[in-house]
Amino acid sequence: MTKAGLLQIEGAGKTYRGGTQALSGIDLEIGRGEFVSLVGPSGCGKSTLLRLMAGLLSPSAGTLSWAGGARPEAGFVFQDATLMPWADVFSNVHLPLKLKGISAEDARARIMAALSRVGLGEAAHAMPRALSGGMRMRVSITRALVMEPTVLFMDEPFAALDELTREKLDDDLLTLWNEQGWTVIFVTHSVYEAVYLSERVLIMNETGRLEADMPIEGGFPRGQAFRDSQLFFEQVKKVSAALRGRSAP
Amino acid sequence: MSFSSSSSARLLGWALPLLVGLLFLGAWEWAVRAQGLPEFILPAPSRIGEALVTNAGSLFLSAWVTLKVTLAAFLLATVSGVGLAVLFSQSRVVETAFFPYAVILQVTPVVAIAPLILIWVGLDNVELALLILAWIVAFFPILSNSVLGLRSVDHNLRDLFRLYGASRWQTLTGLQLPAALPHILSGMKVSGGLALIGAVVAEFVAGSGASTGLAWRIIEAGNRLQIPKMFAALVLLSLLGIAIFFALSLLEYALLRRWHESAVKRES
Repeated sequence: MTKAGLLQIEGAGKTYRGGTQALSGIDLEIGRGEFVSLVGPSGCGKSTLLRLMAGLLSPSAGTLSWAGGARPEAGFVFQDATLMPWADVFSNVHLPLKLKGISAEDARARIMAALSRVGLGEAAHAMPRALSGGMRMRVSITRALVMEPTVLFMDEPFAALDELTREKLDDDLLTLWNEQGWTVIFVTHSVYEAVYLSERVLIMNETGRLEADMPIEGGFPRGQAFRDSQLFFEQVKKVSAALRGRSAP
Repeated sequence: MSFSSSSSARLLGWALPLLVGLLFLGAWEWAVRAQGLPEFILPAPSRIGEALVTNAGSLFLSAWVTLKVTLAAFLLATVSGVGLAVLFSQSRVVETAFFPYAVILQVTPVVAIAPLILIWVGLDNVELALLILAWIVAFFPILSNSVLGLRSVDHNLRDLFRLYGASRWQTLTGLQLPAALPHILSGMKVSGGLALIGAVVAEFVAGSGASTGLAWRIIEAGNRLQIPKMFAALVLLSLLGIAIFFALSLLEYALLRRWHESAVKRES
């Protein structure tokens, strides 16, 4: 599938103060509306690359260029929900809109619709600490989506959740992606999750370089049938093998 | 079940210290009477109570004077401590330039600088001198706690504010100050007590009779060997300290009870 280019990265590298080289020689193109996953061993620079793309870090080498010049409207979901503990669910979701000068009154309908879409309409006035881990993550995702972003950055968002909740949230995310057509860049440790969600899986190695760029077959929408399919398992095997630095048997 | 156990725990929380206090006072009363200790060495609690009632007019007036200085110094310390911490959080250069001087102010014993402050403001302005001295004592815990709180903001939340293009003001009011609130309140709790100590110590040093707070009543009673009155003034000082601590604990509970781990009650 060829999609119009959204982000072009050429020769990007990141060396932290103190000399630690987190990334080097990254060449990559992300298409508009793509779902791309980044996998690799711990400390390989996945999160650094994601933050570089989001503009939260600046590259020490190379360039990042967005179609249209500046980075488009973006949402970011972290490994933990990263909610403001002093604010209720509604205020947490309102945050990006508030920072753009949109009042709670003007945003109320939009926020409530977004919360209802993820099954949290009733919890609008609950405090984050009263919610389960899965619910907190939904709030975090809703906050990222309420701005209707063009691109969504996700840094191992479901890693701390149990398997069932994680599968449910993966499904919800895919449904929303299908409806909204954002570009999603998703960092994960799980090869299963990467294959299930993505159109492309990018594999990074310990030296902070891109090792492989693998397209994932299987149409959308995906569901349990895809998870149980031979095609899914074969691709998981292939990606796992590439991750270990050898070809699939 | 849970109601009865929690309410009995609360009752125990009050009753136990009260019982210990009553036993202590009883033993004190008995010891003084049994040993026939003279009043100028150790008066019995009943005599202290009597002195409190007899001198209620002058003692409560003095307590009001001390409380006024304490509260004014505490408010000043809160505003200046949090204000300076905010300034520090906005600029590392400002923090590096000024923080050592805040430390110097803190480590210089207030007793040593009191005479100087008195000379500067003049003996006809003793209350202002007391205010300045109590402020110096109360200021640092609020500053250092606020600086710590403003710095301890979750990095991911800070990134999120950056990603959404928040201004410095939006980051300060929407993120840094709420995140620092538990630290600020804990600094305020320490400073509340210190403001009272500062006010009393300053008055002791000023100790010319130009001020009429509780510390002066203690000096005066001591000089006249009115030891029960001296103890009565001490009791009032303790009560003031306890009242300040409770008021600040209540404020902390009211502001944090919905979200902060320190104030939220857990089911057992």
